[in-house]
Amino acid sequence: MSFQPVKFYQTGTFTVGNRLLPPEERSVQASARRFNSINSGHRACQGCGEALGARYAIDAAMEAADGQIIAANATGCLEVFSTPYPETSWQIPWIHSLFGNTAAVATGVAAALKVKGKRDVRVVAQGGDGGTTDIGFGCLSGMFERNDDVLYICYDNGGYMNTGVQRSSATPPAARTATTMAVGPEPGNVFGQGKFVPAIAMAHDIPYVATATVADLRDLEAKVSRAMEIRGARYIHILVPCPLGWGTASHDTIRMARLAKETGIFPVFEAEHGEIKSVLTIRRPLPVEEYLRPQKRYAHLFGKNPAVETIAHIQALADRNIRKYRLQARRGS
Amino acid sequence: MDKPFAITLDPGSSLANHTGSWRTFRPEYVDRLPPCNVACPAGENIQAWLFHAESGDYEAAWRSLVENNPLPAIMGRVCYHPCEGGCNRQHVDAAVGINSVERFLGDEANKQGWKFAPPAAATGKRVLVVGSGPAGLSAAYHLTRMGHQAVIHEAAPLAGGMMRFGIPKYRLPREVLDAEINRLVEFGVEIQLQTKVDDVQQALQDGFDAVFLGVGAHIAKRAYIPAGDANKVLDAVAVLRGMEDHHAPLLGRKVVVYGGGNTAIDVARTAKRLGAEESIIVYRRTRDKMPAHDFEVEEALQEGISIKWLSTIKEAGESDIMVEKMALDDKGFPQPTGEFERIEADSVVLALGQDADLALLENLPGLIVEGGMIQVDGGMMTGHPGVFAGGDMAGSERTVTVAVGHGKKAARAIDAWLRGAAYAPAEKHEVATIERMNPWYYSDAPKTMRPVLDIIRRQSTFEEVLGGLDENNALFEARRCMSCGNCFECDNCYGVCPDNAVIKLGPGKRFRFNFDYCKGCGICATECPCGAIRMVAEEN
Ligand SMILES: Cc1cc2nc3c(=O)[nH]c(=O)nc-3n(C[C@H](O)[C@H](O)[C@H](O)COP(=O)(O)OP(=O)(O)OC[C@H]3O[C@@H](n4cnc5c(N)ncnc54)[C@H](O)[C@@H]3O)c2cc1C
Ligand SMILES: Cc1ncc(C[n+]2csc(CCOP(=O)(O)OP(=O)(O)O)c2C)c(N)n1
Ligand code: SF4
Ligand code: SF4
Ligand code: SF4
Ligand SMILES: [Mg+2]
Repeated sequence: MSFQPVKFYQTGTFTVGNRLLPPEERSVQASARRFNSINSGHRACQGCGEALGARYAIDAAMEAADGQIIAANATGCLEVFSTPYPETSWQIPWIHSLFGNTAAVATGVAAALKVKGKRDVRVVAQGGDGGTTDIGFGCLSGMFERNDDVLYICYDNGGYMNTGVQRSSATPPAARTATTMAVGPEPGNVFGQGKFVPAIAMAHDIPYVATATVADLRDLEAKVSRAMEIRGARYIHILVPCPLGWGTASHDTIRMARLAKETGIFPVFEAEHGEIKSVLTIRRPLPVEEYLRPQKRYAHLFGKNPAVETIAHIQALADRNIRKYRLQARRGS
Repeated sequence: MDKPFAITLDPGSSLANHTGSWRTFRPEYVDRLPPCNVACPAGENIQAWLFHAESGDYEAAWRSLVENNPLPAIMGRVCYHPCEGGCNRQHVDAAVGINSVERFLGDEANKQGWKFAPPAAATGKRVLVVGSGPAGLSAAYHLTRMGHQAVIHEAAPLAGGMMRFGIPKYRLPREVLDAEINRLVEFGVEIQLQTKVDDVQQALQDGFDAVFLGVGAHIAKRAYIPAGDANKVLDAVAVLRGMEDHHAPLLGRKVVVYGGGNTAIDVARTAKRLGAEESIIVYRRTRDKMPAHDFEVEEALQEGISIKWLSTIKEAGESDIMVEKMALDDKGFPQPTGEFERIEADSVVLALGQDADLALLENLPGLIVEGGMIQVDGGMMTGHPGVFAGGDMAGSERTVTVAVGHGKKAARAIDAWLRGAAYAPAEKHEVATIERMNPWYYSDAPKTMRPVLDIIRRQSTFEEVLGGLDENNALFEARRCMSCGNCFECDNCYGVCPDNAVIKLGPGKRFRFNFDYCKGCGICATECPCGAIRMVAEEN
């Protein structure tokens, strides 16, 4: 467990705040004085999970670093919706890199700070799944391998959303995108081999790797704070549902993230030096169908002739996650 | 300002961009009506008083509770808690133990000596309340709160009505009853004991501005049973009333109780405690048809009471009775079978229900009585202007809680009537159904059970059967409440908004939307655990 959950206090640590908890046990987001690192007025779609995830993560990092953060940001929705020249929503020093070199830019910033002796200023790099798992992957791997003092945060919405929902290497199998249309004998994205960057990050044996979703705020904040306690290369991969790309209702963003976690589709865990230290177990087990059905990108799996085999295949992948990451809740815990 | 190469504009903040203009739906904070409140016949604002109990402020909780019901220690023992039947938590694990927390608060108030807040300024109006049962006490309490002078005339030598002369001590210890009645007296409710009202018309002329009738239903219904002279056929109300005398009623070693309601159960359990070897209930229908509550039947069976289902008493002899077996017909009505059986019995107690004694209303014009019950309007006023009625005499659902609710409603209507205004009940909010909530956020927490007295003492003493919760348990139980439909400041809306469009106003002050930036995504409404946010379409 990445943090000590509080039981029984009505909503315990499930909700953002809880008036029954002492202030020091409440979340960063519950505070009336939180940083709002990314401010109102940004142009993200209604209900954007990425905008939310970025505020959750960067506010927690700001809290941990006493407000001393510099962020490098890859091209992608997060950059485009927050910073149309000359406006910006960011209330922190923030650099727009290229689409593919955020990790390298952050490494450069960290090196400059080192030269200047500013140990208290910390560096974060952030980007979408396209910028991270595809085009920025070489820079990222280099940053890991050199153990540069950067926290890299990937906001995974499963596609190149900013340019109109194209497939990335993080797009899940069977999902419809603009480049993986729901046509032909195997509609939607191919099943392929998968490319789960958190596991690749772990293979670099870097000090800290974690996954999180916008549905478990306390877990997400705890992971960011933990990462900020460590020096060297750190990687957090956050699942951020995208109403536009997924074809979900704008009000269902958090619900979708919760379903991804509860069905085993998206394993939520934490690893240090290549070894898994804790997982967020499933609280209310559900079949993957519950997660797939509300999303229009999977609409072709349902309807008159449901794609039973494809759904079973996705279920098998979720079941494998559950086995592999031991996501099943232990009895009595 | 000197700008870097190729930069021509000053940096600006996105705050200039009012994304609120995108909105097609707007969130709205609402207070929805929790289903527990809907189900409480006394109209308690349960969610509101649990809210205080959750933070351990029991006095505030008690004060909030007694705004509607002055008898929590009593309610916490005798109320059949329909609130728990309505509680949304049953869809999550099990209903909140509302009744046990209520009892804890009532007992705590008695222990700590909490008093009611002083009444409103005196209005100079006097209201006669006939009867000191729960209906009368409740009416008098609310009238006093509103500044009217309420005077109770009670025929019996002690106050409390059926709470004293019906409900046995093992369910309602008399110290508890006395404590809550005394608090009412100290508050300013005047109770004149042994003062029977024979003529309401006369009373109206004796300087009272209005009258509330809460005389209950005390005349036992009879069934014709041919009986030898020597046999003892008694009625249940008389037996239970006799328990308050110095000498307990003599029922013998083998007692048969005839009837299937709560009263039958109470008499049978009382007989057992008085030393009867056998206490048998004879009832003409089946268990599922029995009007008594299932838990009462269960408790009686545990104590060794036996029940003969589908049986009627044909005749009562000197030391036994003749019982005929019944069978249910297609419509579910019991029909005689012609099969008979003899059961030994030293006495037969009839518990077949009660009628109201309406003799005191004989001279009063305008009254309508139907099926032995006085008819009242939506504000509990009878056909005679200025005369109101409630409790057992005015309703088919006869419980302490209903009586308390009637008393409150009548008091409000009387207040309006005294001011020459029309009684208009407050508008009800829409109900906080579980579909309007997001139960994911509530911790898993099984219901706390109250301690139960051991069976030996339950068979031989009148000690209270059901125990209370201690502070820890009560706090835990209160915190199981999901605060249905009413913001409990969990900060979810504030946290989950991707646009920082929720403004936190500080403890107790809840939240406000910043419509300059709210895009109307509705995440706040979906993720509000308790359903306190509604999405409404924007006009244009
Ligand atoms: C054995 C038994 C057990 C019960 N158990 C429960 C229980 O567990 N839970 C529950 O909710 N309900 C229970 N009930 C029902 C409950 O007691 C009644 O519904 C409730 O007491 C009715 O209240 P009331 O104020 O209308 O009348 P009562 O409580 O009957 O009070 C009427 C009062 O008016 C007085 N009075 C009558 N006529 C006059 C007059 N002319 N002048 C002056 N005073 C007069 C009477 O002396 C009496 O004190 C039980 C009833 C019985 C009989
Ligand atoms: C080198 C380069 N190629 C392509 C683009 C166009 N482009 C801008 S954003 C984007 C997709 C971003 O996808 P992702 O990183 O997943 O972020 P998201 O928008 O989904 O948050 C692309 C292809 C670019 N800016 N630079
Ligand atoms: S396309 Fe998706 S990620 Fe981009 S702003 Fe819209 S909701 Fe957010
Ligand atoms: S959970 Fe609380 S507010 Fe909701 S119905 Fe139950 S007691 Fe009432
Ligand atoms: S989400 Fe929480 S804080 Fe917001 S309205 Fe609902 S209960 Fe209140
Ligand atoms: Mg993406």
